[in-house]
Amino acid sequence: MFKSKYKMINKVSEIKNTGNLIACHECDLLHRPAAVKWPDKSSKRHTNTFVARCRRCGCVLYRRKYNSLERTLALTLASLILFIIANTFPFMAFEMGVNIRQTTLITGIIELYKQGWPALAGLVMLTTMIAPFFQITGMLYILLPLRANHLPPKFTTIFRFVRSIQQWSMLEIFMIGILISLVKLAKMAKIVPGVALFALMMLIFVQAAAINALDPDTIWKKWQPKL
Amino acid sequence: MEKMATQIVKPHSASPEALTARSMALVSCHSCGLLCRNPAMPVVENKVADASKPTLLCPRCGAVLHLRKPNSIRRTWALVLAAYIFYIPANVLPITTVVYVGKAQSDTIMSGVIYFLSTGMWPIGLIIFIASVFVPLVKLIILTFLLISVQRKSTRQLKERTRLYRLTEIVGRWSMVDIYVVTLLVALVHLGNLATIYAGPGAVFFGAVVVITLFAAESFDPRILWDIKESSDEDNRT
Repeated sequence: MFKSKYKMINKVSEIKNTGNLIACHECDLLHRPAAVKWPDKSSKRHTNTFVARCRRCGCVLYRRKYNSLERTLALTLASLILFIIANTFPFMAFEMGVNIRQTTLITGIIELYKQGWPALAGLVMLTTMIAPFFQITGMLYILLPLRANHLPPKFTTIFRFVRSIQQWSMLEIFMIGILISLVKLAKMAKIVPGVALFALMMLIFVQAAAINALDPDTIWKKWQPKL
Repeated sequence: MEKMATQIVKPHSASPEALTARSMALVSCHSCGLLCRNPAMPVVENKVADASKPTLLCPRCGAVLHLRKPNSIRRTWALVLAAYIFYIPANVLPITTVVYVGKAQSDTIMSGVIYFLSTGMWPIGLIIFIASVFVPLVKLIILTFLLISVQRKSTRQLKERTRLYRLTEIVGRWSMVDIYVVTLLVALVHLGNLATIYAGPGAVFFGAVVVITLFAAESFDPRILWDIKESSDEDNRT
């Protein structure tokens, strides 16, 4: 399909009147976003999050976060460090008598591939390594320049890519998988957790916090194309 | 803190009537949420012409604009049916084969669940049962129900049905748990004839079910549920 970007923009460029409206993405109802007034830090009703829901179907219309950009940036930097540790250090060791097998995160993926299941290996690799990697590096690519009031090249493409790959990052589910296999193998042999396992555990919480702190709306608004 | 955003209603009408983006010939970008005016969809007596031929791109983020997800019903049906078919081998074929001191034993998803239940580790058995057997099936049944209700032009319990859809979006990914368990078992237990675990064909079909249902939930457009209500409201008025 041929996409003529610049020609088409002129036709849909009348966003002046609609710019402050939003439509619910689950039922299409039009809303006018309310202006957010952050309560005083010292007051009892102090909050960092502001959630607006659709009047008709109740789905989340948008979230506003206090200091969203800084928060997300800090948490994403932390996840990058944890991600590197989780992928380079030993993950778990399996001891059975005199036999010891030490693994890293990628061992299982290589083993699945060797046993003749490349599709399965690919799926696990996508959801536990590739998607989290692009999620973290893509966010840094966008947030670091934005923090310095500067738009990185290809901003829109990269940010759209980061937003769409987010659902393929399944580290929190991987963690439950780890717990179940630990219980399953506990009777068979001794399992020694490695540094990477602890890094991964922390990474899950830090990543969840980073995604939660992100307010895509404010980031999109930094980019005002000349129409 | 939660707050409702202000809803846009038609001015000077006795009963406040909800305005949707479609009824105003507006398209909201699925990627960045920007509301765009679509020149190819003129407002003709409150009824909007069908989506246009040329591809429109969002002026802010560059994503392709769609009034509704394209071919939503057909695409979702195809994916749901494919997932039903793959669900059978996923549950019948072995997902792991354990070689322990020379003896080989194959396990399906259910035999793994039964093993945990019989050895007293029922919380783990329950987690695997819910994530691998219950969730994929319930997700498929909900999507089938939603598709049939759209095709029968049902206007009842829209809010509840939208909520059901939201549920399938949230829980679907948790089925991946079993795939990860297989991966980790294969990685750790690798000691030749003494003890080795091999992945089985069931795991591939199960992975396919999870991925296909994820795509199926994504291709369904819940706004279609509400479109039916609006067009029937309009018919009642005239």
